Amino acid sequence: MIEEETGLRGRAEEFLQAFKKGTEFTHDLLKENERLRFRLLEMENSLAGHAVQGDGEQNHALLNRIKELEQEKQDILNRIQKVEDENQDFANRYIEIEAENNNLANLYIASYQLHSTLDFREVLQIIMEIVINLIGAEEFSLMLLDEKTGVLSAVACEGLDREDIPPVKLGSGLIGQTLLSGESYFADDIETYNRDILSPMVCVPLKIKEHVIGVLAIYKLLVQKERFAQVDYELFTLLAGHAATAIFGARLYSDSERRLSTIQGFIDLLTK
Amino acid sequence: MADINILIVEDSPTMRQLISFALKRIRGVRIVEAGDGVDGLKKISAEKFDMIFTDINMPVMDGLKLISLVREDANQKGVPIVVITTEGAQEDRQRALALGANDYITKPIQPNRILDVAKQLLKIV
Ligand SMILES: [Mg+2]
Repeated sequence: MIEEETGLRGRAEEFLQAFKKGTEFTHDLLKENERLRFRLLEMENSLAGHAVQGDGEQNHALLNRIKELEQEKQDILNRIQKVEDENQDFANRYIEIEAENNNLANLYIASYQLHSTLDFREVLQIIMEIVINLIGAEEFSLMLLDEKTGVLSAVACEGLDREDIPPVKLGSGLIGQTLLSGESYFADDIETYNRDILSPMVCVPLKIKEHVIGVLAIYKLLVQKERFAQVDYELFTLLAGHAATAIFGARLYSDSERRLSTIQGFIDLLTK
Repeated sequence: MADINILIVEDSPTMRQLISFALKRIRGVRIVEAGDGVDGLKKISAEKFDMIFTDINMPVMDGLKLISLVREDANQKGVPIVVITTEGAQEDRQRALALGANDYITKPIQPNRILDVAKQLLKIV
């Protein structure tokens, strides 16, 4: 990732150099163009003089030269246009790469942090921070499924009271359906969305392959976006996948720790 | 080019990594991380920094205390300090600025905003 950053910086530098050269080149061309125009004017004037004198052959040669210069001028203008177009392409590409780089960095940080701990509470805290900072959500909840009862309940939330988030039965309403289908839901129009605790603006299943363990339900975004970009959907899906494996791993770990201490307790009892 | 030494004092590893990633765009930057105010202070006393980013809410010693201690220290007085706050915490921000912080960034972290603030305070074009 750091190499990539350095690479990008290098590319940005190259682009800036190319842009600078392009600008210098354009300046030179314009100067050359100015000189040629001036020369043309001179020639036209002298031609006018010659015409009076009626030197036919010389006039012909001068007219050809003018034609040539006109052609040269046109070529120069075409080249300037081409350089300008290229500069614009470079600038656009630079912005695209910059955005891609930011997204990759965000994804890297998210997965790095999510898998940096086996503590369930810490995992939840990291998921909250990622949703706030990377997605820019202001109100959301994280709901996990109790496989025995088939009921989803909130384990963490931001901008909402946990008591205000009712448990949801598997398959019931938008949240329950998302859990059942394993497909993310995004409201068509974020701007006109009205908050409804049972119908979030965004509902993303937390999945390990096809196994859904919970949902992320978003009700309000911090940075007002008019609509989601393609990359937002990818980010949601990837984060949901990483969040799910991190939660799953932390739960397995705490379960095995508990079992281990129970077994240890029995062994202690038996060997006393 | 000589190294630019930046200290990030923040209890959340995720936030530290996000800020650190943004700052690594600056050529020749070297980043040191601290998990709370006391850890930050230890690192400040061990070496000289060109800039400090600090969170406000941290265990052991918070960011406000850290800012006032840094500003009292004759060796560190002039170092630019940027506070990391949440959008809503306007009061914290005002207090931090009153104590001598130079600027602030708000969560969610925007890499470009971090870079702009850093470059402006470090006087890098
Ligand atoms: Mg904090």
